[in-house]
Amino acid sequence: MEENVVLTARGISMTFPGVKALENVDFTLRKGEIHALMGENGAGKSTLIKCLTGINDFEAGEIHIDGISGPVKNHSTRDAQNVGISTVYQEVNLCPNLSVAENLFIGREPMTKFHTIDRKSYNKRSQIIMDELGISVDVTQNLENYSLAIQQMVAIARAVDMDCKVLILDEPTSSLDDEEVEKLFNLMRKLRDKGVGIIFVTHFLEQVYAVCDRITVLRDGHFVGEYPVEELPRVKLVAAMMGKDLDDLAEIKKEGVENAQNNPLEISARGLSHTGTVKPFDLDIHKGEVVGIAGLLGSGRSELARSIYGADKANTGTLMVEGKEVKINQPIDAMNLGMGMLPDDRKAEGIISDLSVRENIILALQARKGMFKPLSRAKQEEIADQYIKLLQVKTPSRETLIKQLSGGNQQKVILARWLATNPDFLILDEPTRGIDIGTKSEIQKLIVQLAGEGKSILFISSEISEMLRTCSRMAIMRDGQKVGELDKDLTQENVMKAIAGGESDR
Amino acid sequence: MKNKGLRLNGHTILLLITIALFIVLYAGGCIAYGHKGFTHLQTFCNILITNAGLICVACGLTCVMLTAGIDISVGALIAMDCMLLAVGMQKGIGAVPMIIIVLVIGLVFGIVQGYMVGYLNIQPFIVTMAGMFFCRGMTAVICTDQVSITKDINPTFYAWANAKVIIPFGGYVNNKGKYMAPYVRPGVIVALLVLVIIYFMLKFTKFGRSLYAVGGNTQSAAMMGLNTKLIKMKAYILSSMLCSIGGICYCLNTMAGSVSQALGLEMDAISSAVIGGTLLTGGVGNVFGTFFGVLINGTISSIVKTNGKLASSWPNILTAALLFVFIVIQSAFAAIRERSKNK
Repeated sequence: MEENVVLTARGISMTFPGVKALENVDFTLRKGEIHALMGENGAGKSTLIKCLTGINDFEAGEIHIDGISGPVKNHSTRDAQNVGISTVYQEVNLCPNLSVAENLFIGREPMTKFHTIDRKSYNKRSQIIMDELGISVDVTQNLENYSLAIQQMVAIARAVDMDCKVLILDEPTSSLDDEEVEKLFNLMRKLRDKGVGIIFVTHFLEQVYAVCDRITVLRDGHFVGEYPVEELPRVKLVAAMMGKDLDDLAEIKKEGVENAQNNPLEISARGLSHTGTVKPFDLDIHKGEVVGIAGLLGSGRSELARSIYGADKANTGTLMVEGKEVKINQPIDAMNLGMGMLPDDRKAEGIISDLSVRENIILALQARKGMFKPLSRAKQEEIADQYIKLLQVKTPSRETLIKQLSGGNQQKVILARWLATNPDFLILDEPTRGIDIGTKSEIQKLIVQLAGEGKSILFISSEISEMLRTCSRMAIMRDGQKVGELDKDLTQENVMKAIAGGESDR
Repeated sequence: MKNKGLRLNGHTILLLITIALFIVLYAGGCIAYGHKGFTHLQTFCNILITNAGLICVACGLTCVMLTAGIDISVGALIAMDCMLLAVGMQKGIGAVPMIIIVLVIGLVFGIVQGYMVGYLNIQPFIVTMAGMFFCRGMTAVICTDQVSITKDINPTFYAWANAKVIIPFGGYVNNKGKYMAPYVRPGVIVALLVLVIIYFMLKFTKFGRSLYAVGGNTQSAAMMGLNTKLIKMKAYILSSMLCSIGGICYCLNTMAGSVSQALGLEMDAISSAVIGGTLLTGGVGNVFGTFFGVLINGTISSIVKTNGKLASSWPNILTAALLFVFIVIQSAFAAIRERSKNK
């Protein structure tokens, strides 16, 4: 094994039913470095970490750890801890009702000669550990009395005290504010200087550049590359994560909507936010306009849409629909205002798999009318047939259960559900994910066509090219914040630069 | 940091409120019914004597509730224990063998319930409800009549039941001029021993602390390397064992077995624990609070009994009111803490 290397993973492969989650992935961690593991959601970061910590059984490949001869295979988090790999997750895995000291020592408490736990001794030892790490807490206080950041650090302290060589931090900063993040970083640097190898998983790009020494990028379960942080500027990192090479970004011809920005406003949001997911943003959408939201997965794209639609009730700000201020507490309010939303997770939030195509189509319309004014069967069939034809849904009959349809056709059915309510404003969150190219372009055409009829559309997609084709304007999301809008020079390169951000200061 | 120096957290305050309430209630009883002898130490001793069984049961239930579980089989298990003791002794089996039998049954019963909750992951409410029906049913299968344990049936048990443990102070001279020394029954000594042992177990042993950990966050406890399944199972075994010990204390008090005995006792135990500051959501509480919960319930009954004119259903209504007040206070504290954390 190379000098200074504490952990190597070579050729790790792992399959979940139907999905190749990791394929031949390499990862190398050195002593005393903070190593960012980057990739979009679903790139395989969590899977790789679970392989290292023994939660997943990988199928092929080897893991080597410094000081242990032969390949290591962990079967539980306990095994992993025994070979020196500790993990701290986004959710603090501690007991809030116990004291800080107990959380550090539970399961391995020092005992007195009477076989009772020795509180005095572990309180004292805990205080020493916390003081050494520069965390000022009273260890006899219950953990729940401290902020999330402190709880996070206690979790790290527990991991470190268990003699770990490799510390994995899985999205530890997601629920921390800036000041708390800085404290955490200081702790991380301290541990790095003590020689601990730290794997840092985050989707906040700034944080990678603030604290990391090295970056490994994964994409679609594949190893993309390992780079020292100074050799990988943001745009290149984003390009690596999204799988686009900046050099061959072809210009894409827009077939879509012409200037709709002089039309009256359909939606106007001011300072809308949802605590923890999306910071306050302003957004205007005109009638007949298609506005895209671009950003990495997990940057708050869906969350922005959800806060408009009331799926996550907005905590601050105002929303105007057609010039009138409205209050949306839950999706039904939004529906009654003529909005529709196609959620990105169509399995969990969209289709009702045991209902027929017809029932799935009329669902939203029926919900809007209310339970006590049922649509007649004849009317239901008429509507269902109309949209099956319009959207060319390939289904044996309108009474077929929706779960028997292919993904693309399911998506069309859900689209039909919202079109049936004749919305003025439609939110489409990843409407083309996982469906074939032909259907994709049909849906893109349909979006443009709907806009032509005067409907306003908010379009979210991971495929920038797709949005370039359909949108006249794009809002850029980064780290839960709307960081800007692009309306001219809409090219793939410009959009990616905007997503990466911070180019000027680096 | 935040809240530093504030040693009085919400849970301690709740416990203090419980203790204060007991004192207020008891003092109220003394003032109102002093002329009926409420002020005598014997009144307090009687509360202990009547509730010795309940104290044991409530201690076990507190342990289960700490793991965010519940055990509603305890009342029925007590009825079955009492019936077994009565019928067994009637058949000529000695007191000591019968007690061992009852304890073994408690152990087996606890293992079965604990295994189903811990390892088969079945809702504790359902498991112990099944246990409750089983025990009630078995009680009637053993005998449908009321069976009394008299001096003729088992002199040993009778002697235990009527033994007095004299307290060397707090006596009074009755109107015939005779000194009446206050006393408790042996069951009370057992119950107080149980209380002290469980108190120390919860505070100073690995098992005790792991009960809190499991109740606080089962997943985290497992991540920290605790065997959460076994811990849960042990909690139910402990509950059933303490319930059997409580059943013996209960039987020493009633000296009878009957199908309708200890009806709703599980609810008394749960309400005592809740009034004593144990959260149904797990992870918070201790038997010291539960003890005061039992005492409060006992004091209410005692006051109503001493009054003599109030209907016997009044204790229920007062307990209901108390539970309501305590639950509101608990959720108020939870809300305050949430708010101070989000600041």
